[in-house]
Amino acid sequence: MEMFMKFLVAAIVAGTPLLFGTVGEILSEKVGHLNLGVEGMMALGACAGFMVGYLTDNLVLALVAAFGAGLLGALIYGVLTVTFLANQNVTGLTLTIFGQGLSNFIGYFMLENSESGTLKLPAQITAQMADVHIPVLSDLPVVGPLLFQYNPFVYLAIAIALVCAYYLFRTKTGLNVQAIGENPGAADAASIQVNRWKYFNILLGGGICGLGGAYCSMIINGGVWLADSTGGLGWIAVALVIFAAWKPQMAIFGSFVFGGLRVLKYYVPSNVINIPIAFYDMLPFLITALVLVISSMRKSTSSRIPGSLGVNYFREER
Amino acid sequence: MMKKFLSALLAAAMMALCLAGCGGDTTGSGSGSGSASGGVAKEDIKVGVIHIGDPAAGSGYSYAHDQGIVGMQKNLGLSDDQIVRKNNVDDTKTADIENAITECIEEGCNIIFATSWGYMDVCERLSAEYPNVFFSHGTGVVSNGTNMNHYFGRIYQARYLSGIAAGLKTESNMIGYVAAMGQENGEVTSGIDAFAMGVESVNPDAKVYVKVTNSWYDPEGETQAAQALLDMGCDVIAQHCDTPNPQLAAERAGAFGVGYNSDMVNDAPNATLTSVMWDWSVYYTKAVQNVMDGTWVIGEKVEDYYGDMVDGLVTLGTLNTDLCAEGTEEAINEAKEKILSGEWDVFDGKTELEDNQGQMHTVEGADYGSVNWYYKNVELR
Repeated sequence: MEMFMKFLVAAIVAGTPLLFGTVGEILSEKVGHLNLGVEGMMALGACAGFMVGYLTDNLVLALVAAFGAGLLGALIYGVLTVTFLANQNVTGLTLTIFGQGLSNFIGYFMLENSESGTLKLPAQITAQMADVHIPVLSDLPVVGPLLFQYNPFVYLAIAIALVCAYYLFRTKTGLNVQAIGENPGAADAASIQVNRWKYFNILLGGGICGLGGAYCSMIINGGVWLADSTGGLGWIAVALVIFAAWKPQMAIFGSFVFGGLRVLKYYVPSNVINIPIAFYDMLPFLITALVLVISSMRKSTSSRIPGSLGVNYFREER
Repeated sequence: MMKKFLSALLAAAMMALCLAGCGGDTTGSGSGSGSASGGVAKEDIKVGVIHIGDPAAGSGYSYAHDQGIVGMQKNLGLSDDQIVRKNNVDDTKTADIENAITECIEEGCNIIFATSWGYMDVCERLSAEYPNVFFSHGTGVVSNGTNMNHYFGRIYQARYLSGIAAGLKTESNMIGYVAAMGQENGEVTSGIDAFAMGVESVNPDAKVYVKVTNSWYDPEGETQAAQALLDMGCDVIAQHCDTPNPQLAAERAGAFGVGYNSDMVNDAPNATLTSVMWDWSVYYTKAVQNVMDGTWVIGEKVEDYYGDMVDGLVTLGTLNTDLCAEGTEEAINEAKEKILSGEWDVFDGKTELEDNQGQMHTVEGADYGSVNWYYKNVELR
């Protein structure tokens, strides 16, 4: 039982970077732009967040830098696909390769200039990133460790997901934005400023992905810089968007399920149940495939893919 | 118009590539043929290194190997353009490996150090194709006596010593071990067994719990595996994987650890007791020196290399005496003395060792590849 609780905690910790990536990607896909550059934007955020944290010893500045770096990555994508109508898939893939390359390049450069041959975050920021401790609440049995003892990123991710859910489904702007993703021509005719909101969502999504990257480099890797720190999580986030049915509130649930699937292999005692590890590594993708099959069979409108996803909007061709 | 221009450009590029290829070939065979007359002159030596990762990424496997190359270059006084590095060569992609190696040969390399297990088959094939190039394959088992050898070392000696530090430190008598590969991988498993024997020598009650990430480089998985071991109640975390993440996870939890590949005391000064390390410059210097002075003649005679603590190929990193239990240094030195003097070895080929299923085995160190059983105090979790 105690081990099961620890598994749940590990699942939420493992799901948090996915939650950032998924919410960021949902914002972009809701305006019809499939951004395969999540991994790249996360890598940029990972690098910017870590390096700024390393140099300034300030968590807030590090987060701002990570958000800004992800946003700049998304700006490249936005300019190419929204303004110049470039192919979304190719642009996204390029952004991934660019982001990873630049992030590793800066990492190498910083490593070469470090004296000890290793980059470690200074003490103050490490203390700020430590698991929170709220008096009384954190000390409660069961509920305390399960809800009130995470690092601050976890709460930030959930808050961002909830705010984005409210923005998309409860505000007029959000509904307009969704209209753009369904049919930009109709939205344009209804005097919604298509390109402005496309940029807004893509950039905001990129910034959120950047925060997810900072989680990888600063929390997962314990404050020591490693190359390729995002390790493919961005790709899982892209798959998670489908699992979450393009809803940020569902992404909270989905990313924690996926986080659980990712740590499952370490928490199932193999002296009790012995399944090849490759099976566990496959699970998240198997489940995404199943969700795709089931959701396409149900044909429910609420979980449908945005109508114009992947199609650029060229006003003169309306 | 645009199309015509493009096709002209492509044709030009292709011709340039062909020319470059031809040019490379002639220099390659030219420098190789010089080897018939005994040693190869120092200025004719050109070394190609195939890395699975990027050494500039800091601590880890490729970094350790590259430090060895840098050390060799310094020891022998080779110039920078006598070293060709191919980084990030995935050892499961045959075409990539072949490209990397043939590129080295075209650039005139006559010695190729292939540092990862998965390069073995390609090296074996290319060694027949290029008899004047010396293929030296790390961690492997294939050699032909004329232009391909394999090299590795008794890393289990250092693992045994690090087990002493862990066994004396643990209070819960539960020691975690983050392993890159499962029981079937002899390199990893023999290291676990030696570590567990070191633990047992000072603490017969302690058990070693193994979790497998199934990847040589998985920062997130290594953190998670270490966290799961800590959650089980382990208070010392050893590792056979590339990143310092298990050490950092232990540090966060107020536990301790044993690092691998680089001196991880730098990464987690409040957790790492010591690190198990390689000094590859010992072998790389020896190999190139042998080619230079004619002890090894490419195409006629090369020998396999299996180094140990006596050579200095295998070492223990900084012993963090502030963290270690009392008497650790003395216990380690005592065992080390026996290994260095040749009086005793972990895998001596004679002693019967009991696995966790009750079966008995004997192992000679060089046959580490056949170790696919866990020592009696080891449990896979």
